[in-house]
Amino acid sequence: MSSSFAIEVRNVFKSFKTVRAVRGVDLTILPGQFVALLGPNGAGKTTLVEMIEGIQKPDRGEIRILGMPWKGHQKELRQIIGLSLQETRYIEKLTAWETLRLFGSFFGLGIERVEEVLQLVGLEEKRKAFTINLSGGQRQRLALGIALINHPRILLLDEPTTGLDPNARREIWEILRDLRKSSDISMILTTHYMEEAQQLCEQIVIIDEGRILREGTLDQLLGEDPSLKNLDDLFTSLTGRWLHD
Amino acid sequence: MIDRIRNNQLGQLTLANILEKVREPGVLFWGIGFPILMAIGLGLAFTRKPEILRYVALIAADTGSYSIILKDDKLGNTTFRLEKMPWEEAMVQLKRGHVNVAVTAEDSGYRYHFDPLNPDAQLTYMKLSPVLNRISPSELQHQPAGSEGERPEYEEDLSATTGVEVDALTVTGTRYIDFLIPGMIAMGVMFSCLWGLGYGIIDTRSKKLLRRMIATPMKRSNYLVAMITVRFGMNVIEAALLFLFAWLAFGITIQGNIPALLVLFLAGNIAFSGIGIFLACHTSKTEIGNAFINVISMPMMVLSGIFFSYHNFPDWAIPIIKPLPLTMLADGIRSIFIEGAGFAQTAVLSLIMTVTGIVFFTVGLKLFKWH
Ligand SMILES: Nc1ncnc2c1ncn2[C@@H]1O[C@H](COP(=O)(O)OP(=O)(O)OP(=O)(O)O)[C@@H](O)[C@H]1O
Ligand SMILES: [Mg+2]
Repeated sequence: MSSSFAIEVRNVFKSFKTVRAVRGVDLTILPGQFVALLGPNGAGKTTLVEMIEGIQKPDRGEIRILGMPWKGHQKELRQIIGLSLQETRYIEKLTAWETLRLFGSFFGLGIERVEEVLQLVGLEEKRKAFTINLSGGQRQRLALGIALINHPRILLLDEPTTGLDPNARREIWEILRDLRKSSDISMILTTHYMEEAQQLCEQIVIIDEGRILREGTLDQLLGEDPSLKNLDDLFTSLTGRWLHD
Repeated sequence: MIDRIRNNQLGQLTLANILEKVREPGVLFWGIGFPILMAIGLGLAFTRKPEILRYVALIAADTGSYSIILKDDKLGNTTFRLEKMPWEEAMVQLKRGHVNVAVTAEDSGYRYHFDPLNPDAQLTYMKLSPVLNRISPSELQHQPAGSEGERPEYEEDLSATTGVEVDALTVTGTRYIDFLIPGMIAMGVMFSCLWGLGYGIIDTRSKKLLRRMIATPMKRSNYLVAMITVRFGMNVIEAALLFLFAWLAFGITIQGNIPALLVLFLAGNIAFSGIGIFLACHTSKTEIGNAFINVISMPMMVLSGIFFSYHNFPDWAIPIIKPLPLTMLADGIRSIFIEGAGFAQTAVLSLIMTVTGIVFFTVGLKLFKWH
């Protein structure tokens, strides 16, 4: 069964002791597609994405990336996936350049690629700054740079702009938009911000309490009910709660 | 080919590890500065001083002080400064450790008050009482007390009065500092491995950096190998610097077999690296790591004879103390440093420590939580 999907998630479940974090998710993503997972705190976004990343194992269900399940394909998949975790603190007293150099070496890549990535994420001027001294936005751009260092075909970003001001957020959006134009990379990003989902992704998946509530393009999602002005309204109408405060 | 080497995971992991360490001033201080400062402090505190001054409380209503000097060209002079004070004040000074003996002068003789379990107080009592016995209480009480800095009222030459011959030993290896330095080298290895490796791994895990790294093609073994080699390298440097200092400042030398010492040192590193990996295998909370390290290291610090011989502990405790890794390492290094031991005496210790390390490492790796 060769696959035309970049990512396939079939009936996936995951629980932690008493918490049922992901309760039967089906999701397919086509090559070149950008998909947003939109949901409130505790919806199960991180758990779902980390299962796709092969960091966590589903209790039940199947996950394939470019047709390959994680079992038996660790090596290939690690080479083609780029990711950023919701929260990673890098080695404090290593510079941005050295951090990229270190992660580059994991893929057998050299300093040429480090330079390219620094430029790509706009951190050339901060190359000599220790990661501890980077601002929140710069740190997120470094995380994005690390995610992109291996020319990934699949990009998985967990809340890449949370905590950033609108400008810093827009800078990251620009980088991602350029990437989309210039490559056939597929991406899942998780977010609390409907604006981010609208700006970057054609496919939007609304997730809450471990289940997918709705998915589709922005027009499809809002078209259901003429009284809905935006995704926040939709979320509220679906759950009676607010997406974020 | 050159690129293959320069872009090598293990090489870059090692480099990152080194950079992280040398850029952290605290690491250099705790690893190198602190042991040396401690050696200076303890070395000076317990090295024989030419003049020893001991304060003794003399219970009296008025104030003032007498000095009694015991001359002794072999053991060094001892000055007893008898300070007059009321009983309550004497108790306060006893608690503070300013004096360790209080004396009341009665017409019938002197009465000494001190804690018999305190060897230092016993020594004061034993040295002071023969001298005081030759001074009658009334004489002492009715002498006008000199103020501080005045000439002493009593002087006695111990070398002349006792018929016993004392030979001060100056053979190297019998001083306190000779005992201390090997223990401090062993302790340095323990702390370095527990904090540097154990805590370092937990910290990386708590930052989610470990999780991020294993989501790449990084080989897990490379991460651990880099951590352990850098740690070992630092331990070698720390131990070498401490020894160099001890050699320059206190003239400490290694009497025994140096290859045996190196093997023993390596074995100690294996033991504590294994323990470090083991304690770090599961938790991602640095507070828990902190507690683990204290629970492991504090008992050994006290029991393993780093600062004083464990033969002060009751006999039944010795068989428990001896197999502790820190005891084995400290005893081993000490035997090579000061007893001139070689492989014959230390091979078993080295072997046991190596096996200990491998066992802890293997179990730790089995339980290791990468994310
Ligand atoms: N390792 C874990 N152990 C126990 N419970 C967990 C664990 N990871 C996640 N959970 C629980 O699973 C649920 C989903 O968590 P998850 O982190 O996936 O949510 P999220 O959508 O990413 O939320 P946020 O927007 O806050 O990042 C939450 O209730 C969370 O408490
Ligand atoms: Mg999350």
